[in-house]
Amino acid sequence: MSKLVLRRVDRNNEEMLINFGPQHPSTHGVLNFLVETDGEVMRKAIPDIGYLHRSLEKIGEMVGYPGYMPYTDRIDYLAAMFANEGYAVAVEKLLKIVVPPRAQYLRAISCELNRIASHLVSVGTMATDIGAVTPLVYALRERELINDLLEALCGARLTYNYHRIGGVAFDMPAGWQEKVIAYLDRFDSSVQEWDRLISTNEIYRKRLGGVAVITREQAIDYGLSGPNLRGSGVDWDLRRDAPYGAYPDFKFDVPVGRGWAGTVGDCYDRYYVRVLEMAQSSRIVRQALEKMPEGELTAKVSRKPKPEAGEAQSRIESARGEMAYYVVSDGTERPYRLRARTGSYMAMGIIEDISPGLMVADLVALIASLDVVAPETDR
Amino acid sequence: MSQFSFAFPKPGTKKLLVGASLAAVIAIPALLSSLLVFVVPLIQKPMMDALIREKLGHEPATWGGTQWIYALALFLAGVVMFTFAAIAGGIFSWYERRVAARMQSRIGPNRVGAGGFLQWIADAVKLLFKEDLVPGEADALIFRAAPYFVVAGMTLVLVALPAGQAIVVADLDVGIFYILAVTAFIVVGIILSGWSSNSKWSLFGAVRATAQIISYEIPAGLAIMVPVLMAGTLSTQGLIQAQGGWPWEWFFFRNPAAAVAFFILFISQLAEGNRTPFDLAEAESELVAGYFSEYSGFRFALYFLVEWANLWIIGAVASTLFLGGWQIPGVTTQTWAAVRGSGAFPAWGWWALQFVSLGVFAVKTLFLVNVVIWIRWTLPRIRIDQMMTLCWKYLVPAGFAAMLFTLLWQMVALWVPMVERVTALAVLLATIWVTWRFLVQTRKNVSLIAHERVDLSNW
Repeated sequence: MSKLVLRRVDRNNEEMLINFGPQHPSTHGVLNFLVETDGEVMRKAIPDIGYLHRSLEKIGEMVGYPGYMPYTDRIDYLAAMFANEGYAVAVEKLLKIVVPPRAQYLRAISCELNRIASHLVSVGTMATDIGAVTPLVYALRERELINDLLEALCGARLTYNYHRIGGVAFDMPAGWQEKVIAYLDRFDSSVQEWDRLISTNEIYRKRLGGVAVITREQAIDYGLSGPNLRGSGVDWDLRRDAPYGAYPDFKFDVPVGRGWAGTVGDCYDRYYVRVLEMAQSSRIVRQALEKMPEGELTAKVSRKPKPEAGEAQSRIESARGEMAYYVVSDGTERPYRLRARTGSYMAMGIIEDISPGLMVADLVALIASLDVVAPETDR
Repeated sequence: MSQFSFAFPKPGTKKLLVGASLAAVIAIPALLSSLLVFVVPLIQKPMMDALIREKLGHEPATWGGTQWIYALALFLAGVVMFTFAAIAGGIFSWYERRVAARMQSRIGPNRVGAGGFLQWIADAVKLLFKEDLVPGEADALIFRAAPYFVVAGMTLVLVALPAGQAIVVADLDVGIFYILAVTAFIVVGIILSGWSSNSKWSLFGAVRATAQIISYEIPAGLAIMVPVLMAGTLSTQGLIQAQGGWPWEWFFFRNPAAAVAFFILFISQLAEGNRTPFDLAEAESELVAGYFSEYSGFRFALYFLVEWANLWIIGAVASTLFLGGWQIPGVTTQTWAAVRGSGAFPAWGWWALQFVSLGVFAVKTLFLVNVVIWIRWTLPRIRIDQMMTLCWKYLVPAGFAAMLFTLLWQMVALWVPMVERVTALAVLLATIWVTWRFLVQTRKNVSLIAHERVDLSNW
């Protein structure tokens, strides 16, 4: 690819080709952008992905259905719960299993806590990429506590491997409920602190407002999903519009970009939708803890399930957009084909067409606002 | 004993370390200030002549060794100023990291010495021992030379920068103009390093830094014109002597336009020193490290030394021009003359008063250094077009306006001397009110956080 680009760059005018990565502080993983610039203004930024490709889909065809669960953690290490859940839901559809309600609630709680943690990293790195280092540390401080909570729940801080086909692995430990409520009480005030800290900062708003606008139509055309889609003003959330798991039981709002700092669909809208979503996730966790039903943690699933030949698909509202798994079974104990659709990969596709005319500093804001995570892109 | 046994420090070691670093905390500033107070006034020409006449018994005008003594004094001045810059830069590097950690609810460096005070020495030693890498594609000669231009730009500023009543290496007639001029040396170093590194990021950073520093020299120059007009001199000491010790005698309070000019100058200095929100040249999230991306070891250390020593320069220039410099409240020119006595060498009281004046100057400067550090760890970075807009569309016209207003105001003040008193009072009251509002708002924000410590550990 780089050769192609090199040929296109006109050596006689003042364009310059820069490798923005793979080792670069603000590419959020191992990513490369081939950036054609004319001084500070970009002609184009072409994402060059694949540095973190680990053949995770192929591995799915090699290991059995339950054995693939730890691998899903590695698809998105910042929001591993969603990757777990998406896979579990797909295989459950294939096996025609009904998940017990308590497991559904635990899934919702773990996912929403994970969503808060993931969005904290997203908005924190957004601030760092704009040049304010301090907010990231505040975000990580809050995230550490979620990591502690999830560690108590499932024994891992990053790659949880918590969900199982047919349910979840562990019940809440004693006293966990109170700890979560105590945390959320603290967290709700820290969302407002976050607003005072950086969201209302004039430089920050000027840096993000009106920059890299993705219109409603573009967002739909490019298959953006999750906060990126909602940031462009599309009111679409799988938790509400195609409900799964325990989500029909909860009341929550879906924040949609309103052009808070200028134009609908700019970097600031995508950023601020995430901030508002964190508060909504906190609401969901509170409701789930309140309504928590008693019952089994897992449905009865054989240790080596052999689903009938067929196919199944799951759609999950992940922190980075729609996460879909497509599993094809040929009747053996391994999938015939496994495919994961991730939000970051789709978001990466739009960068090339949004980037012309932006400044180099805006590319950093664009990448951060799309919240792309390299392992999720490459899988 | 297994191979991997860990040697715990002996019980007495910690006490020794704490004692040593506490001693360093007291000894380093004490040594530094005595160096400034006792060496710098002595190497002035009248004092040197007196020294040669009284102590060596020669007539300085006719004695052949005079030139050598002068040269020695110049060398000594260079050593003193460079030592001062290096140590001040080092201590600021530790201090900034501690302040940043405090602002970010972290701990910061606290391992080397008590409170991590000796961290900067450890860092300097580490950098000295690292390999001095020159990239294969780099223009080696220019690459090696570039840091020295940057250091020269910083050190030359210190020559005309006062730190006390008699503590200035050379009280030039064109002092403040000279300071503006030699700052440009830093631009030369930056663009040389960016070009010779043969790295696109370095070039990017160098071009950004050059555009920024040169642009912001214009509003800085216009802002400097305001105190220059008020004092009628370009000499740094003259500028301070035109002000007084009490706040209402400072230029900042004497003239509303000067208060505006102070902020213009301060913003321009942040931009010239590449400090946030103007750290575009070394924007870590965009340009990796900007113009010094390819540097390592000692040369890398030089860039950082300059960056932190610049903190002192930022504070010192602003307090010289607007905040009364070293002027001690209640001490007038007559007092200085009285305590000096009539001998060839000043009396002890004079030296003591020098210490006080250095202290006053340091307090004002360190306050501004603190402000710069707070700003750095609070604000995001602005974009290059916004940086240019701010300079040319807002700061330059505001600088002109402040200058013209000052001219007008001086004429008015000549006719009606009361005006000066009234404006001083008004600006003072406004400053007190702003400070009060700031404190109230800070208090409110702190109370809003109301975080109870949630203990989630210990399951």
